[in-house]
Amino acid sequence: MNNLDIPWDRVKPGDWLLLGVGTVAVAWLFAALWGGGAAERVIVRSGGRIVTETSLLRDQSIAVQGPLGVSLIKIHQQRVRVASDPSPRQYCVKQGWLSRAGEVAICLPNQVSVEIAGAKKLYDSLNY
Amino acid sequence: MAAFAIGLSLAEAVIPSPLPGVKPGLANIVTLLVLQRHGLRAAVWVSLLRVVAGSLILGTFLSPSFALSLGGAAASLAALALARWLPASLFGAVSFSILSSFAHIAGQLTIVYLWLIPHTGLLYLVPVFAAAALLFGTVNGLIVAKLQAGDVAGLAPSAAK
Repeated sequence: MNNLDIPWDRVKPGDWLLLGVGTVAVAWLFAALWGGGAAERVIVRSGGRIVTETSLLRDQSIAVQGPLGVSLIKIHQQRVRVASDPSPRQYCVKQGWLSRAGEVAICLPNQVSVEIAGAKKLYDSLNY
Repeated sequence: MAAFAIGLSLAEAVIPSPLPGVKPGLANIVTLLVLQRHGLRAAVWVSLLRVVAGSLILGTFLSPSFALSLGGAAASLAALALARWLPASLFGAVSFSILSSFAHIAGQLTIVYLWLIPHTGLLYLVPVFAAAALLFGTVNGLIVAKLQAGDVAGLAPSAAK
């Protein structure tokens, strides 16, 4: 197109209103759904219940007892991972380091899960 | 008009999109024009014809893609039916286009959530689709406004009906 004649005369007041409302709505959606907040807390669950909630900022090791044995969770330099786990396929160990808010590692057979929570909660529940 | 709408759908199918579901929605231009010139029934017919014929040609008939196309069109038409109650002196083609594009993505996201991906992770896509709906809704609305009074000279000859 060599000329962009925008038909300003056919854009009516209501159109502008809707454009404004739409822009606000889109901005709000981005803020509400994308603003996860900084990664701060580590939540460890066993058998679906929270056993430990601790800070991502402090290096530590957490041993969690499950039906198959002990899952070892390590927090180091603001990242967390499942260091060892008795599950046969080791999916949660293979997942490696979690660093961002909302990331989860789940050891299904041993019923252990590790989740990084941000300052704001995006989901009200996470089931496996 | 239906043929033109189908043509637009097919042409659009060739355009690569950054994300599945983000598309300019050019066929809605035809729907809006038909709505204005020939009323709601005609607009509904043209829309349905476009969805069915387009899916037959693209080979997506009765696929999830077809269901989404149909659902989006249905939601969009419902919004347009309601929008007709708005005073015409205050709300022009841009409003209709924006309202129908938001209804379209809302309908499609609902179908996707209920049937294909029942996962709250879908929420991450909502702002992206909303932004696309706002942008393309506005652009399409402006195109329709230009075409409404037969002001075809302002657009390329291939777009002439």
